[in-house]
Amino acid sequence: MRAPDLIRFARDAAAGNPLRTVLLVLAMSIGVASVVVLTALGDGARRYVVNEFSSLGTNLVIVLPGKSQTGGFNPGNAITNTPRDLTIDDAQALLRASAVRRVAPLAVGTSEISVGGKLREVMVAGTTAQYIDVRRLPLAQGRFLAEGDWRRGASEAVIGAKIRDELFGANPALGQLVRIGDRRFRIIGIMASTGQGLGMNTDELVLVPVSLAQAMFNSNTLFRVLVEANSRESIELAKSQATAILKARHEGEEDVTVITQDAVLATFDRLLGTLTLAVAGIAAISLAVAGILVMNVMLVSVTQRTSEIGLLKALGATGGTIRTAFLTEAAMLSLAGAVLGFLLGHAGAAIIRQLYPVYPAYPPDWAAIAGLGTALVTGILFGVLPARRAARLDPVESLAKR
Amino acid sequence: MMNEPLIALSGVERVFQLGDSEVHALHQLDLRIDSGEYVAVMGPSGSGKSTLLNLLGLLDRPNAGTYRLEGRDVTTLSPEEQARVRSERIGFVFQSFHLVPRLTAAENIALPMVLAGTAPSERRKRVDQALKDYGLTNRAGHRPNELSGGQRQRVAIARATIMQPAVILADEPTGNLDRATGEEVMRLLEELNGKGVTLIVVTHDAALGARAQRQLRMEDGELRQDSRQCAPRT
Ligand SMILES: Nc1ncnc2c1ncn2[C@@H]1O[C@H](COP(=O)(O)OP(=O)(O)O)[C@@H](O)[C@H]1O
Ligand SMILES: [Mg+2]
Repeated sequence: MRAPDLIRFARDAAAGNPLRTVLLVLAMSIGVASVVVLTALGDGARRYVVNEFSSLGTNLVIVLPGKSQTGGFNPGNAITNTPRDLTIDDAQALLRASAVRRVAPLAVGTSEISVGGKLREVMVAGTTAQYIDVRRLPLAQGRFLAEGDWRRGASEAVIGAKIRDELFGANPALGQLVRIGDRRFRIIGIMASTGQGLGMNTDELVLVPVSLAQAMFNSNTLFRVLVEANSRESIELAKSQATAILKARHEGEEDVTVITQDAVLATFDRLLGTLTLAVAGIAAISLAVAGILVMNVMLVSVTQRTSEIGLLKALGATGGTIRTAFLTEAAMLSLAGAVLGFLLGHAGAAIIRQLYPVYPAYPPDWAAIAGLGTALVTGILFGVLPARRAARLDPVESLAKR
Repeated sequence: MMNEPLIALSGVERVFQLGDSEVHALHQLDLRIDSGEYVAVMGPSGSGKSTLLNLLGLLDRPNAGTYRLEGRDVTTLSPEEQARVRSERIGFVFQSFHLVPRLTAAENIALPMVLAGTAPSERRKRVDQALKDYGLTNRAGHRPNELSGGQRQRVAIARATIMQPAVILADEPTGNLDRATGEEVMRLLEELNGKGVTLIVVTHDAALGARAQRQLRMEDGELRQDSRQCAPRT
């Protein structure tokens, strides 16, 4: 039998039983569509997290007080149990490192902000002028904290977009005096709204000079020190330099943790990549189910068409021809289902992107291709048994069937 | 090879196992049919006529004995080779027509050529000719359920002859037709025989059987009577 004839024959046979055909195509398409949509969700989560982390700033090295547990047993810690403070002077010392471009200390706590009888709880971040550059944050109005001595800040505050809306509404906020904790601050700038994000959202943040924040929270230690390396290549150097400087300042004791953003990103990337793979595997089970359905429906089809198979043999068809004809039919139905599922899956992913614009729910290329491939392979694999059964039918008995 | 008959059966046995008992559908059958003959196979129901025809058409294998077709022992051929012989040398006509319901008359006629892999242009030519020969031109695009019994059997005959076989095997071809239509179908088959195709027809109908040059009478799987018994045996 010629290939075009085989395809036409299979197509006619499929069209001859529309219910069976629709059922098969639907089952297969649901399998493929679920692979496409679920991997789009998984990979979307991965992209989302990676994007959010990237938006924290670039070439970032982060210093945390205390030694992370992964460092193992530290005899220094065993003697003095309280970790040494990570101070403003420590942060300033990091500026000496050759691979470091900018440094921004960060002290964080909650307090109350009030103006004109309105009062609300806020997150207060104490930092310095370079914070806005390190984090690449946009300013909506006014200016950011002034340069100057890190240990003697002016009573100036920069507030987030949402705080401004809540406290001042349509009235101008710049230049106004507010009370934060038991101190008065002048508002000198307003951050642009950044929307929802994984990183520290500035919309509900009040930024004040780091020394004033420490006084407010009655603490000498910093929450973080954000360090920006000169370039992507110098991140590792910046990390080791920072570690060395702080070790020297802390009497040879390595009591801080220095992490690079790249390492954090890579961990998340790997974690969520694995998650996507697992989700794809689960979705692939529905393809196996579809394959079993293909097999059963094709078996029923062989039974229903027994008399036709007998006739084909009487007309000179070999077992091989009949096997090929049934396999072609199974493959065509699977392919149709796979293509339909592929389109449905992409449509589903597009709808998710419409509903949640921040969520980049694009199915990865490998998943779409794997879904299509798996559908075809299962369709053909599960089509083999029915096709062989058809090919082996006894022609005389088959012809006698009505 | 001059004296080689088209069909030569010797000592053919066909036994069916029915539970514990054995049914001898064919028993010690010897038969020679020459090329171009017109043979009617008659006998009561269950006498083995269909079994004989299935054997001759290579749809079935004997349990014992040999079958030589055109001088070649075909009982030992592989299934693929047998399929090839069916495709090229044998045409079947069935009582219940056996048309594929989803295919049109023209497509049903073309089916043996499609299975054999004949080129589409050649197929179209031969189908057009067959439609003309059997008066089906204006029915070419109709499906079997849109055709009368006589038209269906004409499609089946066109299909059986489209590969230009050496022998046509017809198992009660008029069994599902009224008298007049049956006559017409027989005439078509006889015309084919007139052109040199060997024709073997199973029939219940004594009148139809009498039209053949040679009558075979079967009973209990045995050949009881052969109107050409005078033919010399070798
Ligand atoms: N597949 C089969 N299994 C068992 N017995 C069969 C089978 N086919 C035919 N027979 C038996 O073989 C005998 C001959 O059958 P058949 O050739 O169909 O007779 P006819 O065509 O002359 O009516 C009958 O007794 C029938 O019951
Ligand atoms: Mg019969």
